[in-house]
Amino acid sequence: MSAALIALRGIIAREILRFVHQRSRFLGALVRPLIWLLVFAAGFRAALGVSIMPPYETYITYELYILPGLVGMIQLFNGMQSSLSMVYDREMGSMRVLLTSPLPRWWLLVCKLLAGTVVSILQVYAFLLIARAFGIETPGWGLLAVLPALIASGMMLGALGLLLSSAIKQLENFAGVMNFVVFPLFFCSSALYPLWKMRESSVILYQICAVNPFTHAVELIRFALYLEFNAAALGWTLLAAAVFLGFAVLGYDPARGLMKRKAAEA
Amino acid sequence: MTDSAALVIRGLSFSYGPRAALEDVSFHVPAGGVTALLGPNGAGKSTLMTLTAGLLKPPPGTITVLGHDMAAAPRKALARTGIVFQQPTLDLDLTVAQNLRVFASLHGLPRKVTEARMAEELERLDLTGRATEKVRALNGGHRRRVEIARALMHKPDLLLLDEATVGLDVPTRKALVAHVHALARDTGLAVLWTTHLIDEVDPATDRVVVLHKARVRAEGAVSDVLKQAGAEDLATAFDRLTGPDAAPLTEAAQ
Repeated sequence: MSAALIALRGIIAREILRFVHQRSRFLGALVRPLIWLLVFAAGFRAALGVSIMPPYETYITYELYILPGLVGMIQLFNGMQSSLSMVYDREMGSMRVLLTSPLPRWWLLVCKLLAGTVVSILQVYAFLLIARAFGIETPGWGLLAVLPALIASGMMLGALGLLLSSAIKQLENFAGVMNFVVFPLFFCSSALYPLWKMRESSVILYQICAVNPFTHAVELIRFALYLEFNAAALGWTLLAAAVFLGFAVLGYDPARGLMKRKAAEA
Repeated sequence: MTDSAALVIRGLSFSYGPRAALEDVSFHVPAGGVTALLGPNGAGKSTLMTLTAGLLKPPPGTITVLGHDMAAAPRKALARTGIVFQQPTLDLDLTVAQNLRVFASLHGLPRKVTEARMAEELERLDLTGRATEKVRALNGGHRRRVEIARALMHKPDLLLLDEATVGLDVPTRKALVAHVHALARDTGLAVLWTTHLIDEVDPATDRVVVLHKARVRAEGAVSDVLKQAGAEDLATAFDRLTGPDAAPLTEAAQ
């Protein structure tokens, strides 16, 4: 096995071990979307009707509609959690260990990204199984078909987290990320309501939702859960992932980005 | 002789905005011994270590590790370097062995090699039997030893220790200093040890570089530094070279 793959294996193992040791993080990752699914969705079921629209072939319950959005939510929050832990690692110094490895820095960041994606996928499958236990079911094969979509969406949202971690100077600034990044991404998307409903309310909001990369990630997951392929959603998700990762690599370059700015401010 | 040196620093300058952290710094670290980089807080020691670890853009001047220029071939230089940072960098919730395995993977070590090296380094640093303990359960001295064991997993030729004894009690500090000196003696490792504590220097064997206000004030064997400072012991020499009444740079030091 090449040194690059050995590093990938090691970094994934580290993230999984850290995740396993942080049981509260696992519970938190599951409780949040489950409350949305079992409480919020139940309350809004009567208020929000969902007409027949692709990939659905018949009327569906609101719980089924928001299921892919909540899967996206798990990955979004996991991406932000990874970002938070990278800012913490950088402040505590352990990020230095990663960045002084003799492997290319961009590869180390990709390894970190893949590791975070693996952890998010574990959370997603746990969530989907619990949802099934409550009778909120998608086609059985969809659980397998959604895996590539989860990898793509997890990479995109993880890359966004990496980019944010390269730009955030201090841990204290992280609350701003929730207000200015996570909430707008989640609410200005098709996670909770179909975009046609948003268009009825506001064309501008609809347009914002339509270009939101999180919308495309959710739609990619939604179609994959029903064994359908959404090429446009995949294309936009991968494009967003590449752009976010590219800027994150620049951000972690000692000659540019935060590392240089931190040095200048020290 | 710098041709056979593990680390050669020439004409290195670095500034944080208008404030100079290093000005035209030059010295070398020979193989098989400890070079103590002495200086008061704010002298520029940690900046020098950060640059040598490749974490900042290479400034004017050169840093060469075993013949590899840090600016031109940072990965080759880092492959030969072990680093213990001033701040603790272990994963507290992982065990000692898990920490070492993750680090070994960052250097591309295969699993069998990793297990063999881990046993070897843990034994060398008297940590055998602690491999399965979580780092969180270890005291400060043992955590530092784990960090040193980790830095040695890929068998580097140069070990950078940035104020590695900060926060440790006196017996633990002494034991750690003895460990590192034994390492250099037994393995031929070159060690650059930054500290502001004079008693961590072994006057009989160590080389000393005194850094103050961004410049090298003296460099050489302890006897050379004493001569340059006109002092009879290292503590006095250090005070003279770095105190408020520090004399201007001598020609020899420059």
